[in-house]
Amino acid sequence: MGTDTSVCPTGHGRVVRVLTIDSAIIDAIVAHARRDHPDEACGVVAGPIGRDLPARHIRMENAARSMTFYEFDSMEHLRVWREMDDNDEEPVVIYHSHTATEAYPSRTDVSFAGEPGAHYLLVSTREPDSEEIRSFRIVDGVVTEEEVNIVDATVDA
Amino acid sequence: MAIEVRIPTILRSYTGGAKVVEGSGDTLGGLLDDLDARHNGLKGRLVTAEGGLHRFVNVYVNDEDIRFLGGLDAKLSDGDSITILPAVAGGALGFVAAAAIAGQRAAARTGR
Repeated sequence: MGTDTSVCPTGHGRVVRVLTIDSAIIDAIVAHARRDHPDEACGVVAGPIGRDLPARHIRMENAARSMTFYEFDSMEHLRVWREMDDNDEEPVVIYHSHTATEAYPSRTDVSFAGEPGAHYLLVSTREPDSEEIRSFRIVDGVVTEEEVNIVDATVDA
Repeated sequence: MAIEVRIPTILRSYTGGAKVVEGSGDTLGGLLDDLDARHNGLKGRLVTAEGGLHRFVNVYVNDEDIRFLGGLDAKLSDGDSITILPAVAGGALGFVAAAAIAGQRAAARTGR
């Protein structure tokens, strides 16, 4: 298993090139993506600051309600980010679905990626009976794919 | 008295890593000029070459989205708290088309 540990050149601390995430959270994300298909679904998984542990799944409204674009509602964004601040949490995972294409960041995804510390998780729902789930770091326009390690019972989901 | 400004991770390279900085100004535009004097380059990440607020940066005064308060002309008072968050957006669509859709949405929201 490729748990490549290296120092991120942009100074965001140690980056472990793997996303470890509970299967219950993955199931909830996939269910959200399926529910909103063919529109894109989006959301966050918050976790305690500095632990790289996605613990609390938050479905976000796709304010664009589009099959090819997503955008957090600005007021919900503020509310959820404040809530994380109050709880000493950070956005560990930011996810969205692609509903007709592969689970790989588009040029749009890369241009807008504004959370260098987050894992960007993409789910493709283009196949009706299986999902493609992939995770990336997007820092300064550079996309780095990482392994997704799905485990059981790291959190109470 | 001063105005507190919460800086998102991606812009902390302009503030020496600080999460919260203070500034002053009667309007958001004035505040950004004041901040830019000490945190050179910050304003350029928030304001376009044409002089408008970047579409994909959210700025809030206390609990309000600044777009509903007049954007860069929004009046500020000492004790206000400003939060800056990069919009979370993306999707499968090509960049130019996405920007066009987003631009229409921004126009609809601000009534311009």
